[in-house]
Amino acid sequence: MTIHLEHYLLVGAVLFAIGLYLALGKRNFVGVLMGIEMMFNAVNLTFISFSRFVESPNPLSGHVFVVFVITVSAAEAATALALAVLVYRVRETIDVDRIDLLKW
Amino acid sequence: MDDTGTVIAFWILSAITVGAALMVAATRNLIHAVVFLIVSFVGVAGLYITLSADFIAVTQVLIYVGAVSILFLFAIVLTPRAGRQNDETFLRLPALVLALLVGATLGFVAIDTDWSIAKRAGFGETASVIGEALLDKYVLPFEIASVLLLVAMLGAIILVRPEGVGGDGDS
Repeated sequence: MTIHLEHYLLVGAVLFAIGLYLALGKRNFVGVLMGIEMMFNAVNLTFISFSRFVESPNPLSGHVFVVFVITVSAAEAATALALAVLVYRVRETIDVDRIDLLKW
Repeated sequence: MDDTGTVIAFWILSAITVGAALMVAATRNLIHAVVFLIVSFVGVAGLYITLSADFIAVTQVLIYVGAVSILFLFAIVLTPRAGRQNDETFLRLPALVLALLVGATLGFVAIDTDWSIAKRAGFGETASVIGEALLDKYVLPFEIASVLLLVAMLGAIILVRPEGVGGDGDS
């Protein structure tokens, strides 16, 4: 029993699917953001596993890309959570069902 | 990757990661969901170590486990009357179907493709190579990322600043 690339890709696919379900289905805005971060993690895992298993002239460019993805996702999380706090101040809720000012 | 230790570590870490991710979706309490999310992040960091990505694993622990999950906790604590419920919207069933379809498609592609070309030896230590790449070939994205972090930090501060505190009070 050896571990190949497809094992890691399967873990990444399952993580991505769970994150997608969280991002689409959760009622609380923080839960939605958790799903988005989980999808970032799944994609990063896929990057790292391709970088580990596939021969390439720039062997560590996958790692560098993951560093940038982590940077952008941290910035995204900070801004989005600030927005959540701001919406809470105005509307007293961060329930995505009840943030419906733009709905007809 | 043939040695028994790596194989066992992979299966245990995968089970921890996926199980914790499922618990994030299943638990009813938002604080518990954040805790399970932290467990999932740690599991992914362990998977990075089995992929001989030591620098990325440490970065994952520092950024995700240390910073992002604390941000989530702060956001939950700062919105007290919004409730701690972690339940789903009325879109639960379509979301479940779509997630299952996407997961099945990705999994099918991962299994069906012939990955026989994808076998190479693991890396040694990666930090110095990543550092050289960041300051040599990828120096422009590196600088842009620093500006992005600055903008995000300033934006977050300005957004959540209480009215009238600092500045000219017109926010």
